[in-house]
Amino acid sequence: MPDLGSYAIEVLSAYAVSIALLAGIVWLSWRRYAKVRAALEQAEKNG
Amino acid sequence: MSMWEYANPKRFMGWTRPVLPWTFALAGACLVVGLIWGFFFTPDDFRQGSTVKIIYLHVPAALMAINAWIMMLVASLIWVVRRHHVSALAARAAAPIGVVFTLIALFTGGIWGQPMWGTYWAWDPRLTSFLILFLFYLGYIALWEAIEDPDTAADLTAVLCMVGSVFAILSRYAVLFWNQGLHQGASLSLDKEENVADVFWLPLLVCIAGFVLLFIALVLMRTRTEIRARRIRALEARARRA
Repeated sequence: MPDLGSYAIEVLSAYAVSIALLAGIVWLSWRRYAKVRAALEQAEKNG
Repeated sequence: MSMWEYANPKRFMGWTRPVLPWTFALAGACLVVGLIWGFFFTPDDFRQGSTVKIIYLHVPAALMAINAWIMMLVASLIWVVRRHHVSALAARAAAPIGVVFTLIALFTGGIWGQPMWGTYWAWDPRLTSFLILFLFYLGYIALWEAIEDPDTAADLTAVLCMVGSVFAILSRYAVLFWNQGLHQGASLSLDKEENVADVFWLPLLVCIAGFVLLFIALVLMRTRTEIRARRIRALEARARRA
């Protein structure tokens, strides 16, 4: 871990929030992708 | 074959399927390498101390927040002129990604600004135009959700996108023609004097590549989702008519 000096909170919170937001959009996009793909397969099977 | 044929929904689904995992893998690799390099293996800046490490998130996110809107503008114009459904769906797919990039840029900018400028926020031209761009993103998504007919929604959001482009351009160039702001000029420049030092520049380039690739991967994946959702609506409509 590098020595971040007196700015540790600023730097670490910038990284934590940004990585959480990026992971969030990837996860939400993937979840909807899988859900809609399954729904389409079901709709094509039914119809 | 004309380039427009790639925008055919069936063809789009075909060529994006093998491309998608590679784009995600490359994006992940660039982000991991760039962020680890920047965070662990670059020195502190002589003036900004360790806060310079925020550059690896702030600059790529701000760059892509603007570029995502420009991509939406191009896709919207293609929809308006050529009525390609995939382009309208791609614009819709890009908006939530743009929101996330704008939020990251605003948050990291604020948290970087406090120790450097003494404030989290100032009504500086670049900061203000960025905040307005963020509100345009939210309005764009809300408009898509509010209108039931997808073609009408695509038409109206295309108009909103054109209006919002003024703020996307302002957020990039405001510092050049308004000098009273706190925000400095561009961090990236072809001019060696103005560009950030090489020790920060190389990991920054890798992070930018990661953000660009992540944006492309997410747009492709979300556009595929929108195409499938549209197909479900068509099947449901057909079933209702039968």
